[in-house]
This record gives sequence, C-alpha cells and structure tokens, in this order.
Amino acid sequence: MTKEKNPLSLQLDVSDFLPADSEEKQSLVVMRKSVSFWRDGMRRFKRNKIAMVSFAVIIIIMIFAFIGPVIYPYSYEQQIRGSENLAPMEYSEQELELMAQGQSVFPHFLGTDSLGRDIMIRLMMGSRVSLLVGIVASALVLLIGSLYGAIAGYFGGKVDLVMMRIVDIIYTVPDILIIILLMVTLKYPLENLANNVPGFSWINTIGVGLICIFIVFALLYWVGMARIVRSQILTLKEQEFVTAAKALGASHGRIIRKHLLTNCMGALIVTTTLQIPSSIFTESFLSFIGIGVAAPMPSLGSMASQAISGITSYPHRLLAPAIMISLIILSFNLIGDGLRDAFDPKLKD
Amino acid sequence: MAKYIIKRVLLAVVTLWLIATITFILMNMVPGGPFLAEKAPSEATLKALNEKYGLDKPLIVQYGNYMSRLLRGDMGPSIKQRGRTVNQIISNGFKVSARVGGISVLVAVLIGITLGSIAAMNRSKWIDNVIIVVSTCGIAVPSFVVSTVLMIVFSVKLKLLPTYGLSSPLHYIMPVMALSFYPTAYITRLMRSSMLEVLGQDYMRTARAKGLSQFKMLFKHALRNAILPVVTYLGPLLAYTLTGSFVVEKIFTIPGLGNDFISSITNRDYTLIMGTTIFLAALIVTMNLMVDIAYKLIDPRIKLK
Repeated sequence: MTKEKNPLSLQLDVSDFLPADSEEKQSLVVMRKSVSFWRDGMRRFKRNKIAMVSFAVIIIIMIFAFIGPVIYPYSYEQQIRGSENLAPMEYSEQELELMAQGQSVFPHFLGTDSLGRDIMIRLMMGSRVSLLVGIVASALVLLIGSLYGAIAGYFGGKVDLVMMRIVDIIYTVPDILIIILLMVTLKYPLENLANNVPGFSWINTIGVGLICIFIVFALLYWVGMARIVRSQILTLKEQEFVTAAKALGASHGRIIRKHLLTNCMGALIVTTTLQIPSSIFTESFLSFIGIGVAAPMPSLGSMASQAISGITSYPHRLLAPAIMISLIILSFNLIGDGLRDAFDPKLKD
Repeated sequence: MAKYIIKRVLLAVVTLWLIATITFILMNMVPGGPFLAEKAPSEATLKALNEKYGLDKPLIVQYGNYMSRLLRGDMGPSIKQRGRTVNQIISNGFKVSARVGGISVLVAVLIGITLGSIAAMNRSKWIDNVIIVVSTCGIAVPSFVVSTVLMIVFSVKLKLLPTYGLSSPLHYIMPVMALSFYPTAYITRLMRSSMLEVLGQDYMRTARAKGLSQFKMLFKHALRNAILPVVTYLGPLLAYTLTGSFVVEKIFTIPGLGNDFISSITNRDYTLIMGTTIFLAALIVTMNLMVDIAYKLIDPRIKLK
C-alpha cells in the first residue's frame, strides 16, 4: 500500500540511511594503489625496448666520458714525445724500450695524433664536452622556455601578444647564422671578463668556448619550448583546479609553478630530451668549422675536423669521433621518441 | 588572407632589421676594430683606413650609413680580400652554392617522398622496417661525418670519385649526397607518418570503392594530401642546406658561399661576415615566408587568421 511518492516531496527516504552492507563497503576499498602520472609513464617507457637500450648506451657513454678520464693514465693535453702518429694499440720505440726494462706501459687503444696525444682520452673528453653541452643547454632551454611560455599563456591578452611577437621574431631568425656571429664576437668580451675582472676567473676553468655555446643556445633555442608550453597552458588555465586555486588565494607564481607547469610535465620532458641531441648536433658543427670549444680542450667536432687532413693514412682518427657523435645523437633521439610515446602520446606525429 | 600576408611580411621585415642591427652591434663589440691583425699597422695607416671605411665617425652615424647602404644593396668592400666588394664575393659564391644546394634539395625531396611513401604503403613489412631503421640512423649523423665517410669510401678506398672542386658532373655526386643525407632521412620519416595518416582516411576507402586504379589512388588522392607536411619542411630544409654547405664546401673545397663564410670567420673579415650573414638570413627569411604563404594557399582546410 505504498503510495507513489510525490517527486516534489522533500520527505527523506529512510532506506537511504541504512548501514551499508559488506558488498557495498567492498566497492569503496582501494583495490590497487592509484598510479601516478610519473609512474604510469615510466612503466610504459620501461616496456619500450629500443628506448631502454638507448638509455643503457647513454649511461655507458656517460661513464666513459665522466669517469673514464679519472682512471685513464694519460691526460688529454699531454703530448707524449716520440709517440706521434701511432696506430691503435701500437707502441713507440721509447715505450717498447721501457717495456723491455720491465715497466708497464698503458696501451694507446686508439693510437695517438700528430702531436702525440692519446686519442682515447681525447675521445672521452670530447664526449664529455658533447654531453655537457647537450644537457646544460637543454636545462637552460627548459628553464627559460617553460617560464616564458607559462607567463605568456597564463596572463594572456596584451602580455601574451607582446611576448609571443618576440618569440615569433626570434623563431624566424636563422639560428645557426646568429650563433656563429655570437660565437665569433662574444669570445673577446668573455676572455676580457675572465682575465681582468675579479670573481669571473671561473670562466677560464669551464672554457670561454663552452660558456659562449651555453649563452647563445640559451638566447636562441628556448622559443620552441616557449611555444609548446604556452599552448598547453592556454587550455590548462581554463580548468577548474586553477579556478579553485585562485579562489583559495594562491598567488600567480604558485599557480604557474605548482599547478600549470606540473600539468604539462609530459611535454616538458619530451621537448627537453629532444633538445639534447639537437644541441649536440650544433655544438659538433660549430667545433668542426673551428669556432666551438677552444683548443686544447677536444670536442668530437674538432677531433673530426683535425682528422680530415690525415684521412688517407689514419681513417680511424676520424671514424672514432664520428661514430661516437652519431651514437650519442641516435641514442638521445630514440630515448626522446620513447619518452614521447610514454608520456605524451598526443605529440606523436 | 591579405591580413595574414601583411602580418607575415611585416614580421619578416622586422626580423631582417633586427638581424642587421644585431650584426652591426656585434661587429662593433669586437675590440680593436677590424684592422687589428697580428701585424699591427702604423698609427697613420690605421687612421687612414678608419677614415676610408668611415669608422672614425660616431657609432650612430656609422649605423645610419651602414643601414642606408644596406638598403641600396651595397655591402661595402671586403677588408681582407683587397679590391673585391662583398657583393662580388657573395654573388660569385652564391652561384656555386645555389647549384649544389638546389640539386641537394631536389634529391632530398624526391628520394624522401618516394621512400616515405614506399614505407607507408608496405607498413610493417621488411622494406618498411629497413627504411625506418635507415632513416632513424640518418637523422643522427652530422653532415661532416657523412662527407668524410663518403670520402674515405669513394675516393680513398675505391678511388672512384674526385675529392675536390666542381669541374665535372662527377664532382657533384659526393657533395650532393652529403648535403641531402640528413634531409632525405627527415623527409622520409615525415612522409611516412603523413602517408600512413592519409591512407587511413575515409576518402581513400571511397576512392578504392569507386574502383580507381592503384596508380590514380596514389597520385591523385594520397600523395597530394600527404605531401603537405613536406611543404612546411621546405623552409627549414633550405636553412639546413645553407648551413650544411658550410661544412660540405669546406671538406670538398668547393668555392661556394659557405666556404667564403667559414674563411671569413677564420680571417676575421668583418664586412664579409656581416654581408654573408645578412644575405643568408634574408634568403632564409624570404624563403620561409614564401613557403608559409604557399602552404596556406595550397591547403584550403587551413583557416586563415
């Protein structure tokens, strides 16, 4: 005899307030830990065999480049008299004499160059320079590009208009030309700064060439990153959690750092990783044409350039840096592709 | 459309002005001026030289002179190569570079499109896998590596091809291969993914259902649509070819603009560096502009803002 309930009635239905039975309780128990964005991406990344192999290759090259020189008995600028132009694993007469006397002489795995410098250690140092350039330049690009893009996207309106016009202009500038120009001209003021102004002598320890490269990459390469971040922020900032954060009184800086940038992590990781090989590419190109890292510090590009004159008799001198640089770029490219598939499938073309 | 073109042209003009100004400022930042070589000239010579090139006037006047000369297309004399103007050097060098570069662009586009299409149409078959592997490795190899490896193989070991100069068609083979290697690999990848997307479209199924021949389907429907991303790549491709030519021309000793540019850097020939930079920048910016406008014109689906 239950009466049809008036839909407009405010009378409560008692059955809604009965204690939940065990079956209903079951549905609320967390069966599995919720997978965070990071962990989910890493899981997908780990499943990608090609990317994992490339990752291992990069780790090996890093050990080779950063730990290798520490334990290697020769130094990259050391010119061993009488051991010029040795073939791989060859010993000079003096060294053979020493060995005959019972001393142990460390072999030159890749031989020596025309100045008697061990090529293996130069290869290590060259890889170190390449990796440093790639990683530091990408970190700078990430820092500048993401902040710039986030500010432009978040504030919108006139700020965005002006900021993005600047990006457009830098984007149309042919980068290599300006980089070459900057490299040629920045050297003098930097050397001046390092030698004459107290507190800047650290520039000499890193090398003017490297600092130049960092500066010019930081000046020019962030625009791509800024564009990508801005377009992501434009959609993200309309979402409810941003409104909620604003309502709770969060400052602009906090919203950008804590809410917006963390939400475009995928794009940030992928773009940064893919920036590494392109920076390495450019650095080797600059060193090859003779305006990159300054001698005696070797770079893979300058080693290849020096090897060209002796290409007929010593092709291995060219092949060693060539293979190394291709391997580094290829591995980073493949890692970048793997990360893109794992973290940001939308970016896949 | 008109609004878009005007906006882009304005942007290009501003960019070029900016490049010219930056170039001017940077060149003036170099201490000691352009005449300071290892063998320092006497005070009087220096003064005469400075007067001759107008370097004794205040910077802002120099800037005005420089810009007005630049607008008239006059880049002044070369400082290190006596008796030659920058214009002459650029026009001589560019003729050579344009030939090598033009052939390379053509080769890269043709081979890239062909390989990319072949890979897409044979998806997941062995030929696709081979093309993917080769093109993935291809974009990881810098042009100086390609050039030198080609040189070792074809000139040193096989003794088939000449190593320097451009005196016969045979001389073109290695520089063109070296210059087009990276862009070919890049276009192949681009074309493959774009072709795969097009092949999955409804209109392709319709075309098949209409009973079109394989040939017609491919050339009338698939290729025309899939080629669009390649068109957008033409701008960067040109920039790559120009900068790649610096290295390739140096290795194969080709008397082109790239070679001039590199030697002007090592010689510190500032007017030539300046002139070449501005010339190449203008070329790249103009080409990019044309490519972008062409892209909007050929693809009616792209909304014009």
